[in-house]
Amino acid sequence: MQTVNVEAGRAGALVYFSTKSGNTHRFVQKLGFSAQRLPINREDPTPRVEQPYILVTPTYGGGYTEGAVPGQVIRFLNDEHNRHLLRGVIAAGNTNFGEAYGLAGRIIAQKCQVPLLYRFELFGTDDDVANVRKGVEEFWKRLT
Amino acid sequence: MTIMQRLSRVDAINWNRLQDDKDLEVWNRLTSNFWLPEKVPLSNDIQSWNTLTQQEKQLTIRVFTGLTLLDTIQSSVGAPVLMEDARTPHEEAVYTNIAFMESVHARSYSSIFSTLCATRDVDDAFRWSEENPTLQLKSELILKRYRSDDPLMRKVASVFLESFLFYSGFYLPMYWSSHAKLTNTADLIRLIIRDEAVHGYYIGYKFQQALAEATPARQQEVKDYAYELLLELYDNEVRYTESLYDEVGLTEDVKKFLHYNANKALMNLGFEPLFPSSVTDVDPTIMAALSPSADENHDFFSGSGSSYVIGKAVATEDDDWAF
Repeated sequence: MQTVNVEAGRAGALVYFSTKSGNTHRFVQKLGFSAQRLPINREDPTPRVEQPYILVTPTYGGGYTEGAVPGQVIRFLNDEHNRHLLRGVIAAGNTNFGEAYGLAGRIIAQKCQVPLLYRFELFGTDDDVANVRKGVEEFWKRLT
Repeated sequence: MTIMQRLSRVDAINWNRLQDDKDLEVWNRLTSNFWLPEKVPLSNDIQSWNTLTQQEKQLTIRVFTGLTLLDTIQSSVGAPVLMEDARTPHEEAVYTNIAFMESVHARSYSSIFSTLCATRDVDDAFRWSEENPTLQLKSELILKRYRSDDPLMRKVASVFLESFLFYSGFYLPMYWSSHAKLTNTADLIRLIIRDEAVHGYYIGYKFQQALAEATPARQQEVKDYAYELLLELYDNEVRYTESLYDEVGLTEDVKKFLHYNANKALMNLGFEPLFPSSVTDVDPTIMAALSPSADENHDFFSGSGSSYVIGKAVATEDDDWAF
C-alpha cells in the first residue's frame, strides 16, 4: 500500500480528490500547502496516510445524499486508519444546488465527527484561498 | 473532429467503452436530475400571485418571458451546434439531454403563465420580448457566436448563456421566495437553476479540454475574445436589468447577483473571476432563497465554532455511503 508523507501537526497537511476537470486541484495548488492527491483512477490503490490531515473534496451528483461523496474518497475513508487521522473537511460545490451545496463535506463531517471547515465553488476565489490559508494555519495551531 | 469525419459515418454508441469518464458522470447527473413542471404544485401560488401589484405581475411575466427566450435559444440552436463539435458520441448524447431539458425549462414558464396569469398579460409580455432592444441584443450576441465557425467561441457563448445570462431573471423568483411569495414557482426555478449549473460546468469542461490543445497564441486570443464578449454581454445585461428592475428599486442588488454569476461563468471556462468580492456580496436573503431549508453556517474558520457539525459517528462501509 502506498504511503503518504504528511508531517504531524504541521500547518497545511492536506489530502484531496479532484476529477479530470481539475477544479479542486487548482484550488489546492493556490493554497500552497503540502498536499496529496487521491488517485482519479478507481483501479489504482487507495493510499494510506501516516499523520493527521484535512480532506478537500468535491461534491458529486444532483443534490442527493446518495453519490454525493466521490467513490475514491469513500474508499480512502473506509480504511479505519485513514479515517482516524482525519481532522477536518473542506468541500467544493455550487450554490446552484441550494442546500446540497458542498454536501459531500457535510456527509463526511457527520460520519467521521470532524468539523466541516469551509465550502467553496469551482476553483475558489482569491478570498476563498486567503480564508482557507489563514483558517487552516490557525486550525492546526489550535490542535497542537 | 473534422467535418469529413463528422459527416462520414455514425457508429453505434457504446456506453461501456468511454473515451472520457466525464461524459458518463454528467449523463448520470443530468438523468438523475430529470423533472417535469407537472411535478410542482404551481396552483398553490394563485393566492400569492393575487397579492402582487399590477406592476409586479408585469415585471414577473416579463422576466419569465426573457428566460423563456434564452431556454429556447439554447434548446433549438445552442445544444445542436455543440453537438456538431462533439468529440465523443457520449458527449453528443449529453447535449441531446441538455437540449431536451432546455425545452422542459421553456415549457415550464408557460405552465407558470397558464396557472397564474391572464392570457392577455402574457401575450403582451411576448410582444414586449420581441421588441425589447436589450433582450434582442442579448439574443443576437449569442446567436452570432453560435453561427460563427469557431467551435471554441461557440462553447464560450454557451457557458455565458447557461452560467451568466439567466441570472438577471433568476433573481426575481428568489426575491419573491425570500418574501414568502410564489414559493412553489421558486421550487420550480430552483430545479432549473440546478440544471443550468451542470450544463455550464460540462460545456466549460469540454471548452477547457479543447483550449488546452490550441497553440499558446490561439489560447490567448480565445481568452481575450471571451473576456471581451463577457463585458459586452455585461453592459447589455446592466441596461436590461435597469429597464426591468429600476421601477421596483432592485437594480443595484440584481447587479451584485450578475457579478457573482459572471465570475462563476468565467471559472467554468477555467478563467479567473473578474469582479472583486466588494461587488459580488449578494443579499444573504437571496442566497438563502437558493437554499430554502439550510440554516447552518458552514464557514467554521470565521464562525465562533457553533457551526461545528457533529453527527453520530459510525464505522464506514461501502454500503453505508450508499455508493
